[in-house]
Amino acid sequence: MNIFERFEKIDRRFIFLLVALAVLIPLVLKVTMKIPVSSPVVSAFNAVDTLPRGTNILISVDYDPASMPELQPMYKSFLYQCFEKGIKPVMIVQWPLGLPLSINTMQEVANQYNKDAKAEGKDTVVYGRDYVNIGYRPGGVALVVGIGKEIRDYFESDYEGTPLDSLPMMKDIHNYDNFALLVALEAGSMGDIYVQYANARFGLKIILGMTAVSAPDAYPYLQAHQIIGLLGGLQGAAEYETLMKRPAYATMGMTAQSWVHVLIVLFILIGNIGYFISRKKKRS
Amino acid sequence: MHNFWTIFGIWMAAFLTLAIFSFLYKDNPFYKFAEHLYVGTSAGYMLIYTYFLTIKPMLIDPITQQNQWILLIPAFFGIIMLTRWFPKIAWLSRWSIAFTVGIGTGLGITGSIQGLLVPQIKGTLIALHGWNGATLNNFLIVVGVIATLTYFYFSKEHRGFVGKTAKLGITYIMIAFGASFGYTVMARISLLIGRMYFLFHTWIPLIK
Repeated sequence: MNIFERFEKIDRRFIFLLVALAVLIPLVLKVTMKIPVSSPVVSAFNAVDTLPRGTNILISVDYDPASMPELQPMYKSFLYQCFEKGIKPVMIVQWPLGLPLSINTMQEVANQYNKDAKAEGKDTVVYGRDYVNIGYRPGGVALVVGIGKEIRDYFESDYEGTPLDSLPMMKDIHNYDNFALLVALEAGSMGDIYVQYANARFGLKIILGMTAVSAPDAYPYLQAHQIIGLLGGLQGAAEYETLMKRPAYATMGMTAQSWVHVLIVLFILIGNIGYFISRKKKRS
Repeated sequence: MHNFWTIFGIWMAAFLTLAIFSFLYKDNPFYKFAEHLYVGTSAGYMLIYTYFLTIKPMLIDPITQQNQWILLIPAFFGIIMLTRWFPKIAWLSRWSIAFTVGIGTGLGITGSIQGLLVPQIKGTLIALHGWNGATLNNFLIVVGVIATLTYFYFSKEHRGFVGKTAKLGITYIMIAFGASFGYTVMARISLLIGRMYFLFHTWIPLIK
């Protein structure tokens, strides 16, 4: 029995263990690597970065804990960028289990930003004046089309039950016309809905942050200029962190990701070589 | 300093993560427990969410506080959806389904044409002149669209020129599948990284 035949009979649990080690070792040893930045991510970054101070943007948080490792770092980066640049984000949630994630992360990033801002002598951000979370409503397509006319038809209050008109930032916000762009963080099909209705019908500029599983489906939108930027999975999040010059979880995770990819490529090569050798043996 | 319930939550999450991971070794009662707990908790969570974030603010509050009695009509259609549980009056649910299908079709057709078909066709009408990287990309896109559409054209037998174009089309589709599979692997590994980070950062602070 040659080495390849032995590999064919290897216990699959041994492979699981190797994958776990390939993830854990770079994380523990803090191995870093250079993150090359792709043009769809640069477009997204520039679109937000060049907005004038005081501009409103809409951030749609449409994921649940299953997609948190990929989309949460994007959400944090976008929020921090908004606070730094004086851009005013309005958070909206279309996935029920995304609501606690959107609230906790918003508070975490705002607290972190305020701590940094105080240390650097900058202005801090205040809920209701600089950022708002209008919470979750069901409806999908109907909701996306409806808030193109008037947000208050669907959201009378924010996530805490505070009426929208009593929040200073929301007084002049009624529909998509009052937002410079939409950042849609998507684990499902809401991204398609935003592109097909909010962009096509109302002309809203869109940046999509997608899980890696859904990202390939969004490239045709990018090619047809239906979206102005695209972040795909952990890689997209790490690229954005690189552009923000704030390397964090995604940047660290990409090293582990790369190690596992090398391991998987090796498995595929070994498996195929073994297969061809054993087939040749059987034939002869 | 974390309080008791935060620490309890972290230990519970770590236990459930390990219980799910234990399936990789073999099926066992810990995995079964975690799986059933997940299904039950999700169902309970959705029930509470549906009531407090949908039914209460969008139906009960507007009726009781703002006298929006018109909302009783959609409420009626919602309730008769449940008649599917009772065979004798199950036919009533068809009214609600018909309404939903009508709305869905209306929105779907306009969205597909205005938001997908027309912009995507426009996205294929691209420049093919000049010798540079952009033109090469555009050429690959145009050829890919034509070849892939030919593969799905079944009114003529796939032989000769049509056959060769269809073969090129299936090659494009396979490349797309490959890219998609690669991204899927990345997504799954990202989830594993997320759990490992939780286990060895939040639970056992090995990752600083």
